[in-house]
Amino acid sequence: MPWIDACATDEIEEEDVIRWDHADRTFAIYHGVDGAFYCTDGLCTHEQVHLADGLVMDNDIECPRHNGLFDYRNGNALRAPVCEDLATYPTKVEGGRILVLLE
Amino acid sequence: MATRDYSLTGPSAKRAVDAGLSAAEWYHTDVSRKEMKALMKRRDGPPMRDTMIWAFLHVLFATGGIYFWGSWVAVPFWLAYGLLYGSACDSRWHECGHGTAFRTRWMNDVIYHIASFQIMRNPVNWRWSHARHHTDTLIVGRDPEIAWMHPIRLGMKALAYVGLHDTLVSLKTLARNAVGWLSPDEKDYIPQSEWPKAVFWARIHMVIYAFTVGVATMMFLGGLGWKAIIPFLLIGGPRIYGCWHMVMTGLLQHGGLAEDVLDHRLNSRTLYMNPISRWIYWNMNYHVEHHMFPMVPYYALPALHELINYDLPSPNTSIWDGYREMIGAVLRQRREPGYFVKKNLPATAKPYREDLHTHVPERQDRRNSHALD
Ligand code: FES
Repeated sequence: MPWIDACATDEIEEEDVIRWDHADRTFAIYHGVDGAFYCTDGLCTHEQVHLADGLVMDNDIECPRHNGLFDYRNGNALRAPVCEDLATYPTKVEGGRILVLLE
Repeated sequence: MATRDYSLTGPSAKRAVDAGLSAAEWYHTDVSRKEMKALMKRRDGPPMRDTMIWAFLHVLFATGGIYFWGSWVAVPFWLAYGLLYGSACDSRWHECGHGTAFRTRWMNDVIYHIASFQIMRNPVNWRWSHARHHTDTLIVGRDPEIAWMHPIRLGMKALAYVGLHDTLVSLKTLARNAVGWLSPDEKDYIPQSEWPKAVFWARIHMVIYAFTVGVATMMFLGGLGWKAIIPFLLIGGPRIYGCWHMVMTGLLQHGGLAEDVLDHRLNSRTLYMNPISRWIYWNMNYHVEHHMFPMVPYYALPALHELINYDLPSPNTSIWDGYREMIGAVLRQRREPGYFVKKNLPATAKPYREDLHTHVPERQDRRNSHALD
């Protein structure tokens, strides 16, 4: 798949996340504390809850249901009850838009 | 009295899954993302302040208890120490288990382990059981933390205020885990990859208890007489003589309310209480709010309550008021299985989302709810 246009950069506040649905799939797009944008699968690997309702703190996203924690930059599961890592996708910014590379 | 099957591997579990009650969509009051982000914000300041007071008071009361040993003056010191150890541990265990108390992650972990030890809970097992409690709150056959199981044995509930039975059960569980055995229920809610950790932490707890017994024995053999019970008053014992406040507040969380529903306004209780109890309990009296939005730290729960109060049943006005309601309902539940307290909602609230759970087959003969307020 090519790079997909997901949203405008100013749609996501710094240290926050939004949900992005594309082609029957759901993703989470983050505006990191380093100013960069990141994309992961949208559902928690524990119980399929939308991470976009969670809390972004530094480099981590906390799941809204049981407070499981992932590093949204690499998808690493950091705190139980999440054990399984989250899939991540490369992003780039062009003309104020965030593009995501979906394999 | 009707008996329900509360095991996680029996017919109730299958029925709950078949009825779509497990890992279901729950009702949530609307809160804007902006407001929720502000409420979820973590800080180290409030929990550090509370933890320093908590630690200082442990030292102060234990010192007083030992200093005045042999005189009646020691008694209030031990009672206060017991309350901090045997009751305040519950809220610290709970909040740090959620990871919501401190902004700094290792601080949550350290207090979680200390409080888990105090409350005699395997820190691994209970992390998972509590996750399940949040996914399937009061769903029979799924929630491992239902405090009021039917038929309710009132004598056992009364005994819980003196934690002897619970302590023995907890020690037995820790000992069982320490030798590598996990029960079928534990195996149901703890992923297999975590089982070795459960065994490891049970062993750590048991080693500390063995050490405590060793010190007490040496003191006794060294001729210190009654002073040899001091190690037990300091470690382990407060789980018995100091747990009354934890039991008092804990039983109110869901007692007399509905099982097998998907709206926390029907199965959880918010009540107002005095500031000392709220400090010990870390604001878990806002229990509907906590279940609806478990990411909100305890110090932001009063603000969340103010924000969504319009959509919730009126809180009980005191611990006494909560007990009056709960005990009345529990006594009735003994006669009328299926009865639960269904409080009226304010005019500003959205109606109860009964459509989310009314298709449960078993509910057909369990519709005896009664409106209060
Ligand atoms: S659903 Fe995400 S931590 Fe449980």
